[in-house]
Amino acid sequence: MISEKSKAAFAKEVAKYPADQRQSAVMACLRIVQQEHGWVSRESEKFVADYLGMAPMAVHEVTSFYNMYNQRPVGKYKLNVCTNLPCQLRNGARAMAYLKDKLGVDNNQTTADGLFTLQECECLGACADAPVMLVNDTNMCSFMSDDKLDQLVNGLRALEGKA
Amino acid sequence: MNSESLLAQFQATGVQTCFHNRHINPQILADLNGANWRLKDYEARGGYQALRQVLGQGGAPTMTPDQVIAVVKESSLRGRGGAGFPTGLKWSFMPRQFPGPKYLVCNSDEGEPGTCKDRDIMEFNPHIVIEGMIIAAYAMGIAVGYNYIHGEIFHTYQRFEEALDEARAAGYLGDNILGSGYNFQLHAAHGFGAYICGEETGLLESLEGKKGQPRFKPPFPASFGLYGKPTTINNTETFAAVPWIIRNGGPAYVACGKPNNGGTKIYSVSGDVELPGNYEVPMGTPFARLLELAGGVRKGRQLKAVIPGGSSSPVLPADIIMDCTMDYDSIAKAGSMLGSGAVIVMDDSRCMVKSLQRLSYFYMHESCGQCTPCREGTGWLSRVVDRIETGHGKPADMELLNSVAENIQGRTICALGDAAAMPVRAMLRHFMPEFEYHVVHKTCMVPAYV
Repeated sequence: MISEKSKAAFAKEVAKYPADQRQSAVMACLRIVQQEHGWVSRESEKFVADYLGMAPMAVHEVTSFYNMYNQRPVGKYKLNVCTNLPCQLRNGARAMAYLKDKLGVDNNQTTADGLFTLQECECLGACADAPVMLVNDTNMCSFMSDDKLDQLVNGLRALEGKA
Repeated sequence: MNSESLLAQFQATGVQTCFHNRHINPQILADLNGANWRLKDYEARGGYQALRQVLGQGGAPTMTPDQVIAVVKESSLRGRGGAGFPTGLKWSFMPRQFPGPKYLVCNSDEGEPGTCKDRDIMEFNPHIVIEGMIIAAYAMGIAVGYNYIHGEIFHTYQRFEEALDEARAAGYLGDNILGSGYNFQLHAAHGFGAYICGEETGLLESLEGKKGQPRFKPPFPASFGLYGKPTTINNTETFAAVPWIIRNGGPAYVACGKPNNGGTKIYSVSGDVELPGNYEVPMGTPFARLLELAGGVRKGRQLKAVIPGGSSSPVLPADIIMDCTMDYDSIAKAGSMLGSGAVIVMDDSRCMVKSLQRLSYFYMHESCGQCTPCREGTGWLSRVVDRIETGHGKPADMELLNSVAENIQGRTICALGDAAAMPVRAMLRHFMPEFEYHVVHKTCMVPAYV
């Protein structure tokens, strides 16, 4: 259930830490799992726990503590829009409202076609680029005006044949 | 076209926020253009010369660890992450003769709302952080280090990993650095969405593979840190300041700032300005000058208030901040904190109740739940500010807010409790009439908020 590529990535992370501190790699291993499967299932937690020599509960504690781990499946594209104060002052809340309207979903919901999950989020650390949005935990999108949100959503829909 | 290339079109280029000519005597962000982040470019800018100097290459005698610490002390460099603790002093706390591993940690978990400087440093000048860390490790006799990077800036994490590979290949990292006999291994780690991990002991817990709940201090990390071993944690920008200090000396660093507030500082200016971005200017630059560099208040509006050091620092009304210079001492004297140097500017269209509503929600969301005053108190603060904003406030609510804030502040293991309480108290102190207006009229005194 975990690809060889992911297992190789696990090994690279574990190698960063002292031999008796494999648990330190848990944050990265769960991120790698999420990149492969889109979310972190209990089965994945168990796999990571066995790999690192941790109790499954200790892994679950990590999954459930950090905001970015998806504890259930999400859409193919997870859109996290920052609405914290610096973004709020520069149309962050407006970007969120625009996407809700455009996608026809509320916060923490997934579109019926399974393409997009929309989530309001806390500071992404790109405040001068507001409004900012993070796609699938990895792609920071800056200065997201309504026009650019259209381009992004329409572009992804077209790529997925759902325009 | 695939999704990666589509999304790449929306990636910030740094042109607006970093590669502009509105810095003043920059040291860390000087001469960057987005393409010149690689090792060879950094070396062409004089990079790794400070390390060579420390290791006694190129003729000069080798500097002893004590000499390195003395230079940093002399520079009056203070921690750029928020607390402003003297860096050289912190380094001197590390036990010299400890038998066993010691660790060096860079706190790049930049999540304090308003702060976006470490991202630009690591993205566009990653080797300056690496060089600073190698020198710090040498000064404290440390053989292993980690840079813990905010989970939300994954591209920056990958960039830093690439820079580490370059530094290893060139012999700046690893065993027997530049033939000196000195060893230092440096690795990158990342968070995954928890504000609390910016707190140094929360970060250590996270680095140990646990939920990031802060530790009680003392013991301080210098005696009980990562894996229970002596550990020094500094902010990204702090490490980035070190090479310049070594090359130019402590007094030169003080001279480009002001006494007790040495050097330059990168201010992340966000909110209601024409040109939000990072501005590296000398410590002690007047706030009015910084505002001018950022293009002034947007659309020619009037300045109303500024949160000068990240969302946790107490808000200052326009008339107070306009008289301040941007350094630890001036901002502290005005009743706030320089913090991370994240300057959130608000113009006269802003309702302070609505602004506080969003901040209070943030602290409730990010409280780790360990200490009752914070776990429960941040919920109270958020709900009460929310009901005032939405027209359901009661006349006694402002007193209630102050009481809850007072009962959080100073009663929690880490500073998140204080961070949640201070903005509330400052907003009430300076903008009470707006809260009262909301309670009486069930609506906002400042209708715009656009």
